[in-house]
Amino acid sequence: MGRYVARRLLQMIPVFIGATLLIFLMVNVMGDPIAGLCGERACDPATAAQLKREFGLDQPLWRQYVTYMGNVFTGNFGTAFNGQPVTELMAAAFPVTIRLTIVAVAFEIVVGIALGVVTGLRRGHPVDTGVLLATLVVISVPTFVTGLLLQLLLGVSWGWIKPSVSPAASFGELIVPGLVLASVSLAYVTRLTRTTIAENKRADYVRTATAKGLPRRRVVTRHLLRNSLIPVVTFIGTDIGALMGGAIVTERIFNIHGVGYQLYQGILRQNTQTVVGFVTVLVLVFLLANLLVDLLYAVLDPRIRYA
Amino acid sequence: MRGPTRAGRAACAIAAALTMAGCGGGGGFGGAGVLTSSWGDPQNPLEPANTNEVQGGKVLDMVFRGLKKYDPRTGRAVNMLAERISTPDSRTFTVTVRDGWRFSNGEPVTARSFVDAWNYGASLRNNQKNAYFFGYIDGYDRVHPAAGRQRADTLSGLRVTGPRSFTVRLNQKFAGFPDTLGYIAYAPLPRAFFTDHAGWLRKPVGDGPYQIASYTKGSAMTLKKWNGYPGPDPARNEGVTLLVYTDSNTAYTDVLAGNLDLVDDVPATQLKNVRTDLDGRYINTPAGILQTLAFPYYDPKWNTAGARKVRTGLSMAINRAQITQTIFRRTRTPATDWTSPVLGTAGGFQDGLCGPACAYDPAGARRLVREGGGIPGGQLKITYNADTGSHKQWVDAVCNSINNALGDDKACVGNPVGTFADFRNQIGQHRMSGPFRAGWQMDYPLIQNFLQPLYYTGASSNDGQWSNKQFDRLVDRANAETDRAASVRLFQEAEKVVRDNMAAIPLWYQNGSAGYTARLSRVALNPFSVPVYNEIKVG
Repeated sequence: MGRYVARRLLQMIPVFIGATLLIFLMVNVMGDPIAGLCGERACDPATAAQLKREFGLDQPLWRQYVTYMGNVFTGNFGTAFNGQPVTELMAAAFPVTIRLTIVAVAFEIVVGIALGVVTGLRRGHPVDTGVLLATLVVISVPTFVTGLLLQLLLGVSWGWIKPSVSPAASFGELIVPGLVLASVSLAYVTRLTRTTIAENKRADYVRTATAKGLPRRRVVTRHLLRNSLIPVVTFIGTDIGALMGGAIVTERIFNIHGVGYQLYQGILRQNTQTVVGFVTVLVLVFLLANLLVDLLYAVLDPRIRYA
Repeated sequence: MRGPTRAGRAACAIAAALTMAGCGGGGGFGGAGVLTSSWGDPQNPLEPANTNEVQGGKVLDMVFRGLKKYDPRTGRAVNMLAERISTPDSRTFTVTVRDGWRFSNGEPVTARSFVDAWNYGASLRNNQKNAYFFGYIDGYDRVHPAAGRQRADTLSGLRVTGPRSFTVRLNQKFAGFPDTLGYIAYAPLPRAFFTDHAGWLRKPVGDGPYQIASYTKGSAMTLKKWNGYPGPDPARNEGVTLLVYTDSNTAYTDVLAGNLDLVDDVPATQLKNVRTDLDGRYINTPAGILQTLAFPYYDPKWNTAGARKVRTGLSMAINRAQITQTIFRRTRTPATDWTSPVLGTAGGFQDGLCGPACAYDPAGARRLVREGGGIPGGQLKITYNADTGSHKQWVDAVCNSINNALGDDKACVGNPVGTFADFRNQIGQHRMSGPFRAGWQMDYPLIQNFLQPLYYTGASSNDGQWSNKQFDRLVDRANAETDRAASVRLFQEAEKVVRDNMAAIPLWYQNGSAGYTARLSRVALNPFSVPVYNEIKVG
């Protein structure tokens, strides 16, 4: 197990360097960030030159990258154009997005798996058909449609919730946005669980367990569910990273000032430090989530760690 | 703000049970006499000489008062902190500051508060993006040289002559100079700005009708009425809470739900319903913004006598009335000159100055373009940034209009650029091969501001590098003219030079738009399309 973990950790290093370098190149290829700073008029050349020097943009690209990575390892993500340290932006944005992700993942786990188990056990039953249809609809409707629709109905027409989330972004306010964010993944989780449950229901070990005279509940939770969860865990694990980075649409609709919002602002203003900083952290989150999934695998199925 | 309905309470109860988080009744931001308003995250640190966009300017406008202020209705510059500004020769100005004004931290506003602030704003060392506003003052080239190191720390043209008086010496005659002093870059600064700069930036202190109670960067700012404000325009409400919205659609939805009191940018997609949605609580008034198509005169193809005819022809090929009606739903008005209606006729706006060159005339357009030798390069590519402002829609419409008029469906195409920064970058590097989108939001309501920065040889926003000796001479004469009416007339003469050469194609004047809830009254937008916050009454 130790060797396995070490190998996985080593694999993360080139991925991390490659991903950050790519982002660094992409942001810089878009042109001179200082040019957009002065609004519709051109910055005067002297000020522009000085700003460039201050943000280190006058250095060759490779040196900028090396300096940047050097700073990152000491926890310095640079300064955004509005004079705020990027770490300060992160401290404001990440807790909000993490809360949103927790809500979304909770929905996926609780609702998604429960629905999947119910439908998987009763294939062909009207409940099964109904859920299948519903998930199909959810998957095919884009998130921004679901989001805007819920916002309009619950927020404006019925007045159940506030259409936008306050800067504090408490868990209570994030329930609807979290549901919107989770909706597509939730449908996938339901379908994935349903399929594996239905498949494993006829497996030998389930028949054995039933034949032993174990109560149905125990057969389902201990034998059937544990073995069926491997693909679901993979999916949810990788989804955490995707949810955190991909919340741009949901965060925009509900005016949540999280990671998606900061990234969007950073890209619009071509703020290299913000974009690269946030993406660097997101890459780390993604890598860690993957690592966690792989480790869970090894726990759930011992064969994997020897492969 | 309305409380939760019964169903809402039920939902809240479930929510609270699930997460142990409460659902507040109202916004938690409003409160008695306090209004909430939509806001955008300021792009730069909130310093007067460093703020060049509307969102930061909005705050500074509430927190600061300068020597002059632009009347929210007429746009005229009226004395605020200035008791008297006099000049014998339009070059040396003597300013007397009114007695009894203070910053909200108690410090009196003196001549030095202005001189120190202006020296700070001009200094290259401080990276202030509005530094060029001090370019008229003597010694600017030493404090802020175009290249190399700065050779002086203070402007030689500024001299404090008493506790409440100072003199300003300009490097050229500029009769309109006092009228520019309402611009936020000229605001006075308290000592705290210089002694504890970081602390001041966290919570700016000014001399305006509001003071900042709290500021959470990127999400909200609460301003409360400053009771010690000595000026003639105190706040009629208890305070304003500015909430950052990323999407004007969300802000608009919040106004509909009663969760926000004021949105000062009604999104284009909602214009269709806004009148029924808000039942008369919708404002759509002209602002000092003009949209044009600029041309790259550094490209020899565009700098010929023939190209002049082509430009005029292209202007005649654009059906402004139809585009402003169908795409902008009358939130823009077809332009008939190169200034803005907010100036008023006395200020230099002249309806119809453009004449037939701005009237839709497909036959005339075809003729002029043919006479001019056709479109340089064979095809017109209109460059714009695609990330904000839904520019694609109108650029496509303008191209369609030109294609229809010229009877050639390949005559004009849009050329989108991904981000605003890249767009500005390409303009700055003079890489435009055809016309490009240009928007001009005035800094102050003077006809000079619509002409000199844009068309004077080598001027700061003359992105197309247009140059015309006759125009330059007329502008110089207009600036030297001490009689206001005569000066305006000379500027209009200069504007005719712009017209005869069609230096840029004027498209439309832009309106400011706002929507608000029934809690508010006396809501109005000033000529800069910013709500006049201190006049708004709550409840």
